[in-house]
Amino acid sequence: MSQNFRLENGGLINRNKKLSFKFNGKKYFGYEGDTLASALIANGVHLVGRSFKYHRPRGFFGAGVDEPYAMVQLYRNNETEPNVKATEQELFEGLEAKSVNCWPSVNFDIGAINNFLKIFLPAGFYYKTFMWPKSFWYRVYEPFIRKAAGLGVVSTKHDKERYEHKYEYCDLLIAGSGPSGLASAYAAAKNGARVILAEDKPRFGGSLLTSDVNIGNQSGDDWANSIISELKQMPNVVVKNRSQVFGYYDHNMLVMSEKVSDHLPKTKKYHPKQRLWYIRAKEVLISSGSIERPLVFGNNDTPGVMLSSAAKEYLKVYGVLVGKNPLVFTNNDSGYETAIEFKKNGINPIILDSRVNPKSEIIDEAINLGIKIQFSYVVIAAQGYKKVRSADIAKISDDKKKLGAIENIKCDCICVSGFWTPTIHLASQSGNKTKFKEEIDAFVPGKSKQNETTLGAANGVFTLEETLQSSFIAGQDLSKKITNNDNKISLPNVVEKKSSQHDKFWCVPMPEGKNYKRFLDFQNDVAVSDIEIALKEGYRSIEHVKRYTTLGMATDQGKTSNLNGLQLVSDIENKVIPAVGHTTFRPPYTPISIGAIVGREVGKHSKPTRKSPMHSWHKNNNAVFVDAGVWLRPRYYKQGKETLFEASKREAKNVRTNVGVCDVTTLGKIDIKGPDAAEFLNRVYTNAWLKLPVGKARYGVMLREDGIVMDDGTTTRISENHYHMTTTTAQAANVLSHLEYYLQLVWPELNVNVVSTTEQWAGAAIAGPKSRKLLEKLFPYNDVSNEALPFMGYMEADLFGVKARIFRISFSGELAYEVNVKSDNGNFMWEKIIELGQEFELQPYGTEALSTLRIEMGHVAGSELDGRTISYDTSLEGLISKKKDFIGKRSLNREAFTSSDRQKIVGVVPLDKKTSIPEGSHLVKDAKAPLPNKKLGHISASCWSVEYDNPFSLAILKDGKNMIGEKLFVMSPLKNKVIPVEIVSSHYVDPKGERVRS
Amino acid sequence: MLHIKCPHCGMRSQNEFSYGGDASVKRPELNKEITDEEWDNFVYNRKSLRGKHLELWQHLSGCRQWIKVERDTATHEIFNTYKAEEEIS
Repeated sequence: MSQNFRLENGGLINRNKKLSFKFNGKKYFGYEGDTLASALIANGVHLVGRSFKYHRPRGFFGAGVDEPYAMVQLYRNNETEPNVKATEQELFEGLEAKSVNCWPSVNFDIGAINNFLKIFLPAGFYYKTFMWPKSFWYRVYEPFIRKAAGLGVVSTKHDKERYEHKYEYCDLLIAGSGPSGLASAYAAAKNGARVILAEDKPRFGGSLLTSDVNIGNQSGDDWANSIISELKQMPNVVVKNRSQVFGYYDHNMLVMSEKVSDHLPKTKKYHPKQRLWYIRAKEVLISSGSIERPLVFGNNDTPGVMLSSAAKEYLKVYGVLVGKNPLVFTNNDSGYETAIEFKKNGINPIILDSRVNPKSEIIDEAINLGIKIQFSYVVIAAQGYKKVRSADIAKISDDKKKLGAIENIKCDCICVSGFWTPTIHLASQSGNKTKFKEEIDAFVPGKSKQNETTLGAANGVFTLEETLQSSFIAGQDLSKKITNNDNKISLPNVVEKKSSQHDKFWCVPMPEGKNYKRFLDFQNDVAVSDIEIALKEGYRSIEHVKRYTTLGMATDQGKTSNLNGLQLVSDIENKVIPAVGHTTFRPPYTPISIGAIVGREVGKHSKPTRKSPMHSWHKNNNAVFVDAGVWLRPRYYKQGKETLFEASKREAKNVRTNVGVCDVTTLGKIDIKGPDAAEFLNRVYTNAWLKLPVGKARYGVMLREDGIVMDDGTTTRISENHYHMTTTTAQAANVLSHLEYYLQLVWPELNVNVVSTTEQWAGAAIAGPKSRKLLEKLFPYNDVSNEALPFMGYMEADLFGVKARIFRISFSGELAYEVNVKSDNGNFMWEKIIELGQEFELQPYGTEALSTLRIEMGHVAGSELDGRTISYDTSLEGLISKKKDFIGKRSLNREAFTSSDRQKIVGVVPLDKKTSIPEGSHLVKDAKAPLPNKKLGHISASCWSVEYDNPFSLAILKDGKNMIGEKLFVMSPLKNKVIPVEIVSSHYVDPKGERVRS
Repeated sequence: MLHIKCPHCGMRSQNEFSYGGDASVKRPELNKEITDEEWDNFVYNRKSLRGKHLELWQHLSGCRQWIKVERDTATHEIFNTYKAEEEIS
């Protein structure tokens, strides 16, 4: 297929490289350097989608980031991406794209019936219509709206592309590489500052690529090219294209999205698709330029109506004609530049200028070229459904209120220019309170809030000479502050055409007897009439008007619609625009892919994985792992076809009858040293610590200041001023911060140091009646008898030449020891235990058996110490010292904490001794009581008791102390279970604790 | 993301720190008789100030020191940072 709308020559595309692509299944050709939009227009394709609400035909309106219409579903390398702007997507060989928001096809779209129902779809339609009956929302309305709304389709496949994050620091970050960006970057770079220059488009130069100007005897784009090549050579400068600075955050941190590979058919090996830059800049120069404003008239959303600057860009950058019979409708001189470009390429445009009798250099040029110009003329409505076919035009009175007779003229596109809106998003995001500049009818940045300076068109300066001058100076001054260098750049000779004043006129009045839709927001189908309704209904705040009508929402965030919306509100309300104010600019400036935000933190990289030194042994011995905080721990060691339930029962049973070994490396360990260590522990724990002898361990409970239990564990006195604290795996980090808080801020007078040693030690718990016999084999040179190493005793021992610490502590309730060696020796220790344990029928056990053992012993763990329980609730009140003060003690006399029917830990056994009790179930008195059934407590942990061979659970139960022997019901609505149970003591096995001392 | 000057390590990004609340709260001395109200004020009652605020941060992924940061809660401007033991005039 030929490119009928491509000029013979011209443009910045590479005509030597032809590319083929598909749109809606049809094959086309374009050139390297095209965007999908320019290539489609070159092929005469203007119908690319359907609008959001009315499903009206949509074409192209812009040529870049401001595009409200032309979003497509992109297919690239077996992946699909929704809502890609065709005006930004660079063409590559084999690109495929489809229209969004239309079914069954863009040419015949069923949803377009909404267009004929539009009188029934006014502003706030959803809010008004779908309110009743209430039950219809979930079943009828919401599914329907969801189906009808939305644009592209998100892929549900795993995104295999790689996205990276990069952190960077610089002296000056410059956002935008138009004249102001180039000039300021050049001046700052010459002063030795570290500069990052970012451009969102593939080509540098911004407006210089399309405007007819001269700088230092070079054309604008030649000058841009020479500056860029010089900057690229400088070691202190980073120049990035395809990179959008989209957010200005606190303390001069800006985030930039670099599209590294989106323009290629396939991401290269070892390259990311996109890279997100977090840039901390000392100074920020915002040279983001401006976006042309639309003029508002009837059917101004028809494909073929577009910004005049976009038409000019398609001509000058891509060598593409948006139409062969163009009508230019303008209220300022910019439209003339586009008309002149058409004329130079052999096309005869007609200019309609709303102004009465403007005079300027550029108007004279247009007249001299023989372009037909009609002053005081406006477009009333575009005609044509899927493409502009003609325009209804009329003369307008000087006060812009009355229209003359309607004439119809043939045209195939309407290029509109309603003057320029500075892109102030970044400045506003930094906290800059913007101000309204009357001369340009737009907001510009006010006083700098952070270290940001806005330059050029973004600052409302629309002449090149002034822009270059102020930008050179800004680049020099800001870099001088940082580098102390003072290289002056002299302003080159600038040739540009002077413009005359624009017309404040922006919205064509509705002719009598007509009822055209005049759109303000093209992406969301918000028309003048919608705003009128919202105001009639009493919405005043511009933020409310925005949300009620959806003006300026969705993916383009009102880049072309915001200011016209404000003009309309101010006109109706009879206010000036600054009194109406503008809605808040929030990052991101343009849509950013979720992949870029997430970066490399996906899958197993989403958090660190910590493994014990014995991990590979576990793996080689059929361990099934479970996440425990950031650790991977063996949950059970699978034998044959065993289930989790069978394996954990076998492992736990073996501990009760023989001996087992469990990897307890993950327990938090904190080394505490200093002459005041005992005093410190005495303040941290609820029980007494001053008299713990060297070589002994003690169990302790620590509280938060509000009296809630924070953590528990044993602490051992290694030597006079040296303690070894253990914490639960989950709380290890919090406990360390907690201790540091008190040592550094509350009691700095205490001479104590704490440091985490969790990773320094590998730990193995050896538990079971035969554990001492195994220990005798492991430590043949040490006396490990009950007398030499009693319960809660500690000794340093020799494990075949490896130094070991033995703690006689027990979580399982059996005779048990925990052996620690340096991490490097962990595997040696573990293999020795396994080897020498064979004769005692030793088996390794995982966390599931560990839980079973502690649950039936009534030992508490994280599921009971859940941040809601106090010592009493978990039957740890015996450890509360009455004689001393400690963290949280003063809270314990709170009324709720001392009430006589306070909750307490109990054991729960099903009456049938068979039915397993789901964790998290509620305990109730009467299973058949009407809802809400009063909850008496909850099941905190469940197991299958290997001692009694029936299910057993722990529960936190209201008035638990007096409930032993009661019959209650366990209810689990989630599992749909009701189980009659008996309440028993939480110490289900060995209630006197004889085994640990045996 | 805030940029916080750790008095021990220098300028660091916020993600190295964890927030620790109001730095002007002083824990009542141990073993001292105090009213329920005083204890409540220490444990629970905090002013949610708009404006200049002295707060605690811990340089968790750095030197692990608790520091005091004078920050504007509305604008995030940081005026000064202090070591834990430093007297603030």
